[in-house]
Amino acid sequence: MIPIILGITLVVAIFIQIAPGDPARIKIGNEATEEEYQALRDEMGLDDPFFVRYFRFLGNALRGDFGKSFYNSRPVMAEIFQRFRYTIVIALLSVTLAVLVGVPLGIFAATHQYTIMDNAAIALALVCVSMPSFFFALLMIRFFALTLGILPPSGITTWQGWILPTLSLALGFAATITRQMRSNMLEVIRQDYITTARSKGLSEFKIRYKHALKNAIIPIIMIVGGIFGMALGGAMIAEIIFSVPGLGQYTLGGLTGRDYPIVQGSTFFMSVIFSVIMLLIDLGFAFIDPRIRSQFARRRKRERVS
Amino acid sequence: MNDKKLKKKKSRFAETWRRLKKNKIAVVSLFIIFLIILAAILAPILAPYPYDLQDYSAAFSRSSKEHPLGTDRLGRDVLSRLLYGARQSLQIGLFSTTFAAAIGILVGAIAGFYGGWTDNLIMRILDVYQGIPMFLLTVTLAAVLGPSLRNAIIAIAISSISGYARLMRASILTVREMEYVEAATAINVRSARIIRKHIIPNAISPLIVSITMSLGSSVLAGAGLSFIGLGVQPPIPEWGAMISDARNFLRGQMYLSMYPGLCVMITVLSFNLLGDGLRDALDPRQKT
Repeated sequence: MIPIILGITLVVAIFIQIAPGDPARIKIGNEATEEEYQALRDEMGLDDPFFVRYFRFLGNALRGDFGKSFYNSRPVMAEIFQRFRYTIVIALLSVTLAVLVGVPLGIFAATHQYTIMDNAAIALALVCVSMPSFFFALLMIRFFALTLGILPPSGITTWQGWILPTLSLALGFAATITRQMRSNMLEVIRQDYITTARSKGLSEFKIRYKHALKNAIIPIIMIVGGIFGMALGGAMIAEIIFSVPGLGQYTLGGLTGRDYPIVQGSTFFMSVIFSVIMLLIDLGFAFIDPRIRSQFARRRKRERVS
Repeated sequence: MNDKKLKKKKSRFAETWRRLKKNKIAVVSLFIIFLIILAAILAPILAPYPYDLQDYSAAFSRSSKEHPLGTDRLGRDVLSRLLYGARQSLQIGLFSTTFAAAIGILVGAIAGFYGGWTDNLIMRILDVYQGIPMFLLTVTLAAVLGPSLRNAIIAIAISSISGYARLMRASILTVREMEYVEAATAINVRSARIIRKHIIPNAISPLIVSITMSLGSSVLAGAGLSFIGLGVQPPIPEWGAMISDARNFLRGQMYLSMYPGLCVMITVLSFNLLGDGLRDALDPRQKT
């Protein structure tokens, strides 16, 4: 995990190195004299060699200091912490909602295969997967905020403000999970142990929810990790549309304004969060799937023997 | 021998095609994709106006004989802009997918075939790439390279390479154990040739589906980039950028965001349906 995060910071540092655009010139404008301009460049550390800049960032980052924004001189770390709350809440809410809707819907579709309900669920899921989240967001603003007037079109001042950003992000994820859940479930139902369970005379309910579901849901957990990453990145669009002062909006501002401390700080931060979540999911896997658990147990036993 | 191989390849393709043809939905989506491609190619002929012709006196006009789908805030014809917009979206989808798939397949094939430290090194690099949330990576790349159609393609391609590489590697690892690869190794065929002639053709079918699907998702990603202003730049029309343009006119001129939104949706939906159809057609368990 730590090598990955180091690698990511290196990649981002390389991106910044090759990026065109001159933050010092943007800050100081064209009127400034050559000396003033050079002094600012020195102050911003832009002329230092690549590795000096990289290790300086890394050293400071490990001490919890991402530097200050080039333009408004606010510490990046404090800003990130303040803004991250919005992003993580939107991401978590939308992923949770997607799981809560997608898993039952997928099971339902699979257990009613080839019926009208199955076809409707699949068609709906496919349309939702193909819909751009920002387009869905605008449709919802039009309907819930402008036509019905029950939800605010932008900003998070009351709890209702969270609803539309979360929904706009959750739609595609829920549809992805539905599709995956359905195909997993269909796959599992064809397995021999289901036939065995059936021939034992188990009730259909027990077969579905005790035997089939347990096996079908495991790959979903893996997908949820990837979806969470998509949510962290995709929250940017929702934040822009609904003017949520989140991390995505901040990162985008940093990118377009060549505000490098912001870019480095927030990509570093996002990657750490993402890696932690992926690690938790791997651990969760081991916890849920007895096959992986026994692999660990066996390895430990072998180590003890040798 | 060469003759025989050719025949076998053809029959496999024909078999897939035959089964795909039976799937009505897949055929319809293929037809729609064909229409969209045609519209993109023929845009200069089909479009009633140039995409950047402004006519302030006719701004925000509803659909009429002169402007079948109305005009936007600068009085530009929406239909013409949609037709030209198909060019950008399709270019992003096709080129970024081709680019990403080519590199991803190559990298994955090398990792899977050679194994050992080569594999290890490549996989660690991919781990780093996948540690950055995908859309964040795309946005970062697009911003760093500077917003333009070409850079949007590069940004989307680079951020989707790792998916192909992983899939290809997994597929190669299965194929590598097959007898025909052992036979080729035994008669001293060069590794590059084994990869090219024996492994890739046999390992590729799981990738075909994911390539088709990702045509759709790259179109989506491209529209997303343009929506936040990091993709295709005005005045060149792009569906995502058109939706972004229409954001402030939701109350009165909903049609301005509706049309490009539907265009993106139909395009992506067609690619996804075609992908679903291909997956079913390529699935050997459903042979009929």
